[in-house]
Amino acid sequence: MIIAFTLNGEKRIIDVETDRRVVDILREDFGLTGTKESCGTGECGSCTILVDGRNRLSCLMLAIQLQDREVTTIEGMAPGGRLHPLQKAFIEHGAVQCGFCTPGMIMSSAALLKKNTAPTREEIREGLSGNLCRCTGYQKIVDAVDAAAREMEGDPRP
Amino acid sequence: MKPFVPEIGRSVPRADAATKVTGSEKFAVDHYGENLLWAGVRRAGVPHGIIRNIDISAACDLPGVIKILTGRDVPGTNRQGIVHKDQPVICDKKVRHCGDAVALVLAQDLETLKEALNLIQVEIDPLPGVFGIDDALKPVDCLIHEEHPGGNVLLQATIEAGGGQAALAECDIILEETFEVPMQAHAFLETENGVAWQEADGKIVLIVSTQAPFRDKWEISHALGLPMDRIRVIGPYLGGGFGGKDGATVQCLLTLAALHAGGRRVKMWWDREENFLAGYKRHAARLHYRLGAKADGSLHALHCRVYYDTGAYAHLGGEVMALGMEHAGGPYRIPHTLIEGWCLYTNNPVAGAMRGFGVIQVSFAFERMIDLLAAKLSIDPLALRMQNALRQGDRNCAGVTLTHSTGIRDCLEKIRSHPLWTDREAWKASAGPFSKRGVGLAAVFNAMGYGRGLPDSAIAKVEITTEGRILVYCGVSDMGQGNATAFFQIAGQILCQESSLIDLVQPDTERTLPSGSASASRTTYTYGNALVRVCEELRRRIVGRAALLLLVDTLDDLELLPGRVRHPATGREIPLKMLAATLTDPERICIYQYLMPVVKDPPDTGKAFRIGFPHLLFSYGAHLACIEVDELTGAVAVKDYLTVTDAGRVINPQSCEQQIQGAVAQGIGYALCEELRLQAGCILTPDFSTYIIPCASDIPDMTALTVDTYEDSGPFGMKGVGEVATNGPLPAIANALADACGIHAIRSPLTAERVLTIMQGGRP
Repeated sequence: MIIAFTLNGEKRIIDVETDRRVVDILREDFGLTGTKESCGTGECGSCTILVDGRNRLSCLMLAIQLQDREVTTIEGMAPGGRLHPLQKAFIEHGAVQCGFCTPGMIMSSAALLKKNTAPTREEIREGLSGNLCRCTGYQKIVDAVDAAAREMEGDPRP
Repeated sequence: MKPFVPEIGRSVPRADAATKVTGSEKFAVDHYGENLLWAGVRRAGVPHGIIRNIDISAACDLPGVIKILTGRDVPGTNRQGIVHKDQPVICDKKVRHCGDAVALVLAQDLETLKEALNLIQVEIDPLPGVFGIDDALKPVDCLIHEEHPGGNVLLQATIEAGGGQAALAECDIILEETFEVPMQAHAFLETENGVAWQEADGKIVLIVSTQAPFRDKWEISHALGLPMDRIRVIGPYLGGGFGGKDGATVQCLLTLAALHAGGRRVKMWWDREENFLAGYKRHAARLHYRLGAKADGSLHALHCRVYYDTGAYAHLGGEVMALGMEHAGGPYRIPHTLIEGWCLYTNNPVAGAMRGFGVIQVSFAFERMIDLLAAKLSIDPLALRMQNALRQGDRNCAGVTLTHSTGIRDCLEKIRSHPLWTDREAWKASAGPFSKRGVGLAAVFNAMGYGRGLPDSAIAKVEITTEGRILVYCGVSDMGQGNATAFFQIAGQILCQESSLIDLVQPDTERTLPSGSASASRTTYTYGNALVRVCEELRRRIVGRAALLLLVDTLDDLELLPGRVRHPATGREIPLKMLAATLTDPERICIYQYLMPVVKDPPDTGKAFRIGFPHLLFSYGAHLACIEVDELTGAVAVKDYLTVTDAGRVINPQSCEQQIQGAVAQGIGYALCEELRLQAGCILTPDFSTYIIPCASDIPDMTALTVDTYEDSGPFGMKGVGEVATNGPLPAIANALADACGIHAIRSPLTAERVLTIMQGGRP
């Protein structure tokens, strides 16, 4: 089936089998391996991407559901190599350890900050409760999102 | 980010953070390839039985299936295992747990692979099963490894110090209790995987998510009968490990598949359910304690019987139990001890290494015993711990004299003056309706390194390129602990160069040198000590060449600065690039092997341990948990958490906090919700909706403090910090639960259901 969608700002038209998942076309066809898969059943959040600005689990979506949508993956968060405030904050505040949950965490955080530009620490924890991390204990991730929210006030990027 | 000199003692951002936040860092699982084949495993599905027949004919006929292999097709010994070679790559005669491999399929795509795996007909005649510690201790009628001389007992061992258990008779008070802890899953996010191919000259190359790339070569060579020089293992950054990728997972299977792939790349990637089914676990254990003390609170004698369920294969079971036994008395002076241990084969999933390796289990027992004793003697639990805490020069419960830094008293001291401790009564009194609050302590420790009998070695290599860049060849994996960043800082500090000039080469058996596994809180200590030597040597060579070119009489007259060497007396300088270009190839590379020191006078006990006993170096920690218990549901919430850690001098405060906070979070999971539930060897919790690990809402903000100890033998005074903090949460939370509700938990995890049952007078 032929579908058209926008991927990290670029128009794409692809011919895709109807049973293929979004996470697979991103990783295998587009080489965008920043989107991770860890459970394959929607329980861990590692595969989170933005679809029309909202956080979605790419392991639970079929590629054909992307018709006419705007998709942003972690690779699309730093256009021209300019890091997103969330990415900078994750580095600076030590929110990255093994880094396997990091892309999904950043995408969920971006969606959260879009809905709530000034979340409390509790709201950040709740907003990220669908993204599992086994390394950090979450504290530094909350620190990073908190710092990025302050930095981004008024920043319209995703 | 602007370049900076990554110095020791600073919160230098991770060397790998920038590539991880942009998604550009390539983990093993991010490697694919043109013309890729997929390999997968058919699992036994029954816990114990004799293979009667494996019919692969229907699967073979499926278009797109390249090859199907069974146990008969494995060359070499078909046996893997770190200490005991008892685990088949593909089972040939019998299966010993549900996750055993019975067939390996190679297919052109993932869909075909799944279909082919389903088409394989497996006929197994079931044998009676051994499903836990009680079963394994019964008189043997059902052997799991017929050839093992100990029957279903993998290892029975004894540690005795002082007068042993006879000294219990000299005690004013003796307390007795039995504790039980279940299996825990590592739950790293990047499941077991790798990509492999055979090159034109016959060499097999693997890119694999592994904690021990050099040992993998040896495992593959032994199991498949391949010469070591025909195997190359590349180990990129791991998406978590925690011990679960220490030992063969996909390595031998993938190599076998690559041998039949005609040079095409083969990918194997276990899904989450396969990770639960076939991956390694933390040992379930039973811990029987008799602790004796004098009326003044001084600990006098300890008798323990500990039982570890190692599952179907040995893996590091004996060594896990050995470490647990060595820590069974806690960080306390107990002059007389008898510690007996049984490590048992069962038909449960295979238990192996996991952060807190055997120690987390006994930490629950000894720290609950200390609180029980404090209550019985009406002594403040912190004072009782202070009174008995080990000091440098004391003998520990294994009879080993502590000759290195021993900071547990400093840790406890810092708890004593912290507001969470001093103001605890007011905090507890302000609990809302239908809730109770409690505050609990734990004092814990964790040995560093492999222990005697297995040299803990690392070979560091550093190079200055002809362009003046510094390459650090890391022979030991970074699974997220941040050791690579510590190496970056060590090189930066000694060679005084900016971050943009220093590159880290991740483990690759053809580029880096054997440096042991990423495990045992040893990684930064052992490799770091070797790296200090090579960086100092390279520094001498660079400055030495500058002395020749600047006609300076001694090296002391020169200083190495970012990008140049300077002669301060005259202000003359030579760019590093120019110096590097004048060095010959042999001068540009420095190599050094470091061996961790061992106990010089090991006690005359623990003779059953072939390797891994005793240890010389320990990190320490004191923990305080503040919890709230919902009286209506039994749910326990951790509201605040304080740790004070002795890990020697801190090389990177941010990395250190990361290790502590992450270890506490895993420990809170172990304390409150994580339990691999089994029924007759089958896993009832094979995914993240049934096996619950903490999410962001379950973990409070924590305070992670350190004490100013300095370990003389460590690089820049450091000790390993990877494991010690994971041992504290279960006992601290159990002690807080006793404080809050007056209930005594002897089984974990402390789920709402279990807590409510005990509160209502049920079985603890």
